[in-house]
Amino acid sequence: MSTSDLKLIAHLMRRAGFGATRQELKEFVSKGYESVVEDLLHPGDPENLPDDLIRRYHPDHSELRFLYSAAGYWLYRMITTSNPLEEKLTLFWHGLFATGYSKLNQARSLLNQIDMFRVNGLGNFSEILLQLSKDPAMLLWLDNNDNHKGAINENFGRELLELFSMGIGNYSEQDIKEASRAFTGWTLGNVDYMAMRASKDSIWPYGRIAWHFEYRPDDHDNGEKTFLGETGNFNGEQIIDLIAKDEATARFVSTRLFQFFAADTVGEKEQETIESMMKSYFDSNYEIRSVLRTLFNSSYFKSEKARYSRIKGPVEQIVGAIHLAGSYSTPTIGIEEVAQQAFYMGQGLLEPPTVEGWHEGEEWIDSGALVERTNFASSEVGNLDSPGVRTMIQNICTNNGGSMSPETVVDKCLDMLGAFDVSEKTLSALVGHVSRSGNIDLNDNDEFENSENRLAEVFRLITASPDFQRA
Amino acid sequence: MSSSSNERNLVVIQLSGGNDYLNTLVPYNNGLYYDYRSSVRIEPEDVLPLNDEVGFRGNMGPVKRLWDENAVAIINGIGYPVPNRSHFRSMDIWHTALPEDIGTEGWLGRSIREIDPKGENVLTGVNFGRGLPRALGCRGVPVASVGNLETYGLFPDIGDENLRKYALDTFAKMYGGANGGDAVMEFLGQTGTDALKGADILRTAPEKYNSSVEYAANPIAQSLKSVAQVMFADLGTRIYYTQHGSFDTHAGEIESHTKLWDEVGGGIGDFMDDLREHGHAENTSILVFSEFGRRIKDNGSGTDHGSGGVAFMIGDQVNGGMYGEYPSLEEEDQLEGDLHFNNDFRQTYTSILEQWLKLDAEPIVNGKFEPFGLFSS
Repeated sequence: MSTSDLKLIAHLMRRAGFGATRQELKEFVSKGYESVVEDLLHPGDPENLPDDLIRRYHPDHSELRFLYSAAGYWLYRMITTSNPLEEKLTLFWHGLFATGYSKLNQARSLLNQIDMFRVNGLGNFSEILLQLSKDPAMLLWLDNNDNHKGAINENFGRELLELFSMGIGNYSEQDIKEASRAFTGWTLGNVDYMAMRASKDSIWPYGRIAWHFEYRPDDHDNGEKTFLGETGNFNGEQIIDLIAKDEATARFVSTRLFQFFAADTVGEKEQETIESMMKSYFDSNYEIRSVLRTLFNSSYFKSEKARYSRIKGPVEQIVGAIHLAGSYSTPTIGIEEVAQQAFYMGQGLLEPPTVEGWHEGEEWIDSGALVERTNFASSEVGNLDSPGVRTMIQNICTNNGGSMSPETVVDKCLDMLGAFDVSEKTLSALVGHVSRSGNIDLNDNDEFENSENRLAEVFRLITASPDFQRA
Repeated sequence: MSSSSNERNLVVIQLSGGNDYLNTLVPYNNGLYYDYRSSVRIEPEDVLPLNDEVGFRGNMGPVKRLWDENAVAIINGIGYPVPNRSHFRSMDIWHTALPEDIGTEGWLGRSIREIDPKGENVLTGVNFGRGLPRALGCRGVPVASVGNLETYGLFPDIGDENLRKYALDTFAKMYGGANGGDAVMEFLGQTGTDALKGADILRTAPEKYNSSVEYAANPIAQSLKSVAQVMFADLGTRIYYTQHGSFDTHAGEIESHTKLWDEVGGGIGDFMDDLREHGHAENTSILVFSEFGRRIKDNGSGTDHGSGGVAFMIGDQVNGGMYGEYPSLEEEDQLEGDLHFNNDFRQTYTSILEQWLKLDAEPIVNGKFEPFGLFSS
């Protein structure tokens, strides 16, 4: 196994997933890069505890109307899945089609939306937009239940074009109105019942029951519409088809995927990669899987320049640290506290600040968020009782045994934390830290407890480094 | 950092979960109250009367004492048009001062930006609790969020003081110094250095603090003690934020609401004593608010989410007295079974901003609202 293969796959797993442990990386390297990409693009059984068993044995994960238990449940899925890209891409769609708890007061409807992203996320983009337009949480979030024949509400129509598919500047205000007309009659099936509940039940104004989509032909505007230069008696489906085939949409989707998976900033040179993603979008009839395959196999993505060029979002930071530590591998009540941690760091799952989603890149970091990120990751990898931490120490013992210089210690610890690289400055600070107490000798049984504590300290400091804020 | 011992401070206490107005300021001479509240009620003999109509619940003695000293303004029937009974949404509305749209900038975040436009002091606004309430959030405005003042900062779970110190030294080395022109690393380095600096300054506050006041062991009293410690350390902090709860008393309200007001009322009383002992009572005012009130009719054990509520402004520079109107309990005056609000919370914000903090309120609260005269100077 070459070091460069190892580092390349570690990079892929930080981007297409939430990072990988050293053992996982070993397995992936033996499979080969392109074959790992294909595995990621074709998710199978997620291998976590099935929902029915979670609900039966873990009541803390069962009250899914509540924000933190619902967010915790999703975190559990991200931590334990064997389909990391499926969850990572779902997180991408959640940020792009940002729908929030504060208005809905019904987290279960949001989890249903998340599941819809899981099922459709790698598929056809027009199908994703269609399912999104029928999603009950989205319908309420952007007021399409108030979008009526003869009295349109433009909220959904506007965001569909501006934030979800084409981007501003590629359509007219008239297009927004026409799209909104086409989506009249797309509403929820039980609005009357919900209104009745709302008057009786102040805590759950939208009711306690599951919501479902309903199309009301009597409330649909059947008139002729002109949208993006084409005229016809369009319904929502035709509007989506017209959006999906537009070049602006291909560019928008490819650029957003590039920013999420490849680099925070997109320069001139990176446009070439985006162009080839757009080509895959059209060649595959708008399939996201093909667009991502092109990205992950592109020379840009695999280049040194792409490495560590993104600032990790809070959820990536949390799930990544937990994955390394091997904690929360079964459902526990503690996961609700972890869900709250994400809020402290500025990315509350299922509660994006607005329909624009989160501002990413450097905006993830301020001094408060940095303290939270550091303390969380450091306490995860510094916990000697966690199975992943035990494995890392065991591996260092097995492969080295004897007395290790500070340089070797730091090197081994970086390797264990997913073949991680740091700057010269960070490296010298870490080596200086270990040097303070000299070599570490794992063969010296009298010193073993002290030695493993010192290794855990190095794990902590690596996750506290500025380098570790990036992926 | 300028010395600011004479500058005016605002302390905000958020009662999270929806404080039951009717059982806080009890209409003890109103038969309708006792009709609607057949079980979750405060009996007349347990009320501390303020006048012939209303009185504080019996365990609000410390607040009653301040009322008698003319240091408590009661804002009755506070709310906003088209009440939202979701905790999250209603709290967002109070935090962003935007009832109709979804906003991202908090009213206090904007205030901090006005007070310290260049962000020179990372401690102009400090939240005592985990995470940052949206009220304090504003892009580019640094705000510290302190869980526990004693262990605030990095690596709180490293118990050994020496080991923690070494870890902090290494952290300082990783984040300090030049970064060879990597702009993102420069930014991360500066942020990490700021975080260390803020923590170092804040940690000095408990050491400098000396007071005869003994705060109770509950979280809100301890948070208010932390507020006092930071304020007396003179670090340039102007906006202090903390919260207590949960006031979401759907069940077992008699017991839980009593405990909550023991804690909040006691904490406020001790805090005011502390302010007076240290000469900070003249330049400090306290706002107490909740995201909504609760249903008029009880549910047998507690009360469900309602609308119109009550807020308090407390301090030696406050014009004590009643503001707004106590909402009518008559059926025709109710709003879907709730108390009808009669003044917009942004009127109270406008008073605080213009009369107390001397800021232009309109851009902060998103509009022009008639202020109350809540302050005597």
